[in-house]
Amino acid sequence: MNFEFSEEQLMLREQARGFLKQECSPSVTRSVLDGDMHYDRGLWQKVAEMGWTATTIPEEYGGLGLGYYELAIIAEELGRAVAPIPFSSSVYLATEAIMAFGSSAQKNKWLPGLASGEVIGTLALSERSGRATAENLSVTCEDGLVTGTKTPVADGMIANIAVVACKASAGHVQLALVDLAQDSVDRTMVTTLDPSRGHASISLAKTSAEPLGEGEVSWSAFEALLDRAAVLMAWEQLGIADMALEQACDYAKQRFAFGRAIGSFQAIKHKLAGMYVKNSLARSNAYHGVWALASGSNSLQLAASTARVASTQASLFAAQENIQTHGGMGFTWEFDCQFYYRRAKVLSLAIGSERHWQHRLVSALQHNHANAA
Amino acid sequence: MDFNDTPQEAAFRTDVADWLAQNQLTDADREGRSALEIAKLWQRRKYEAGWACIGWDTEYGGRGASPIERVIWDQEEGKYNVPSRFFVIGQGMIAPTLMVWAQPQHKENFLPKLASGEEIWCQLFSEPAGGSDLAALRTKAEKDGDDWVINGQKIWTSQAHYADYGIIVTRTDPTVAKHKGLTMFIVDMKAPGIDIKPIKQLTGESDFNEVYFTDVRIPDHYRLGDVGQGWTAALTTLMNERLAIGGGGPGADVKLALEIATLVEIDGKPAIEDSAVRAKIADFHVLEAGLEYNGYRAITALSRGELPGPENSIGKLVGAPKLQAIASFCMDLLEESGIVWSDDNLLTSLAQRSYMGAPGLRIAGGTDEIMTNIIAERVLGLPQDPRLDKGIPFNEVPTGN
Repeated sequence: MNFEFSEEQLMLREQARGFLKQECSPSVTRSVLDGDMHYDRGLWQKVAEMGWTATTIPEEYGGLGLGYYELAIIAEELGRAVAPIPFSSSVYLATEAIMAFGSSAQKNKWLPGLASGEVIGTLALSERSGRATAENLSVTCEDGLVTGTKTPVADGMIANIAVVACKASAGHVQLALVDLAQDSVDRTMVTTLDPSRGHASISLAKTSAEPLGEGEVSWSAFEALLDRAAVLMAWEQLGIADMALEQACDYAKQRFAFGRAIGSFQAIKHKLAGMYVKNSLARSNAYHGVWALASGSNSLQLAASTARVASTQASLFAAQENIQTHGGMGFTWEFDCQFYYRRAKVLSLAIGSERHWQHRLVSALQHNHANAA
Repeated sequence: MDFNDTPQEAAFRTDVADWLAQNQLTDADREGRSALEIAKLWQRRKYEAGWACIGWDTEYGGRGASPIERVIWDQEEGKYNVPSRFFVIGQGMIAPTLMVWAQPQHKENFLPKLASGEEIWCQLFSEPAGGSDLAALRTKAEKDGDDWVINGQKIWTSQAHYADYGIIVTRTDPTVAKHKGLTMFIVDMKAPGIDIKPIKQLTGESDFNEVYFTDVRIPDHYRLGDVGQGWTAALTTLMNERLAIGGGGPGADVKLALEIATLVEIDGKPAIEDSAVRAKIADFHVLEAGLEYNGYRAITALSRGELPGPENSIGKLVGAPKLQAIASFCMDLLEESGIVWSDDNLLTSLAQRSYMGAPGLRIAGGTDEIMTNIIAERVLGLPQDPRLDKGIPFNEVPTGN
């Protein structure tokens, strides 16, 4: 047993952290938040040049053929930097979906572009309030033509392609690969609570699409895809949680009240220690999650759900209590505390809420329990 | 990163499993013996085969095993119902203290007998006036010839009523600041002048004692570290305490909650189908799994030669309140019958025992609040609270009643 990243992987972390410090200072996130852009194009290009978008794509498709440990490390660093780029949509979701379900022709066609970052992909799942299920999807895919509306779609304003989840037979989903540069595609911006990651409403009217893979995909296979994304999302959320804690600690050490640093008051230090505890447990669960993902373990559902719930809880708590620790200044536009608060919430809902993943976690426990009995 | 055994680790695990299968305690072993006698029998059996305290050096009765081999041993031994609680304090906390601070002849004498289970030790730290503020302890040690003479009182001392030896922190100089006037000793618990009174806990059991010292003589060679170095020596014990106590043995856990939630119904359906029940069980699993994997990360760090740091305080800080919460939740699932104490019903009695025992775990070995302070100050680097007793001689520190 060895429950730590390798030397090379730890070096990648140092390198990634240094790179993002240089290229993704808070002012980069702030300018997307303040401006009209849906992402930072320059940062996206640099990240692609670093090869990060190509991490797990096999070399035959223009990728680096590295593993999920490397991708998890990058995800954490992007979380720490609150990077305003469509990385999770394009890499954890679209790329993974094509690698999991695509035909070799589809892989040949799309993976090299996704690897180089020239193609931005996303997953279009949500249609209305409440969770999308095999039973309630309404967008159709008939004879290669997709019709209906998906909203909100993360990074939908800038994506070149979308994997659209369409209605299929009971317990199944039809995944349709849609090139979004078609006249029948109508995108409108959706205002969300995190404008540093643009979202869109995408309406399709008999838009031509290619079914991803052989045909319908079972809902459980689709959920397994989300399990994989959940691990990577958990690492990104962990980055947010740790940065929020670090920021709160720094502030608590230098802000004085009643003649002493506010971090010396137990009301504050116990709050920060509580953040640390949640973050530590989330990190350990994320370690187990990425191990399960990288090793192809059959315990992935449990490992991924646990990591996802832990990181969701840790990041939301850290982001909210970071603002609280800052007092009034934390509530201003000027301070960066808002970045973590916004992004933590957006990521926590991106592939299913805390409640959903709690349920999925317990389903896995029940499955293990029944098998043991 | 690899969660599975390496080939060497797998071979070691097989050796361990084989030995355990062939040497496990039988019904005949248990027949007519008290829990302590059974524990001593099992410990002796392990010792003679070279499986006791395997992480210790061979000269002290161990086998120089790596941290990961220790984990493998614990995992495999944990599959059997064997008693170990009598040795946690001696082997887990006191032995590491002796290894650092005792004179060579005492290490050679005492450590093998700790490993074999022949002698039981207790830890005489807390006092009526020094619990969370341990360094405020008052028990006096005064030099008299080659001996020290001890007077005072200790409290919350587990196992004192059957311990052979103990380690005791005393005040040897009340005229300097409180942390600087302390000295630690080995004490023979059968020495004249020691009076032990069991404390009846809210569980009805008596695991703890008050221990009174009246002119108890300790030879100078039993001193652990220099005069005035007692606080540093005590920290060795306390750091190991945090590793040793952790979540606190068998008790209400996610498995129990899942079992009960599968058996009982809410509104005509299995409780496990209820959304609120699922959310709670998921949250408990996040804590339980997080602690388990935290442990594996700590072991990995140890095996790379890193020292256990204050971040290990998390184990008890999360584990004890988790035990309390799961126990309470399990009883809730049973509705009013959750209060019925039945030793025949393993499901409910485990929940109830945990519910009653958990408050003690949240206090013993550093309260939740002290553990939280340790994380805040020693891990996160936040400033200490201003202390009114800082730097002033102990005998001038204000005291209450």
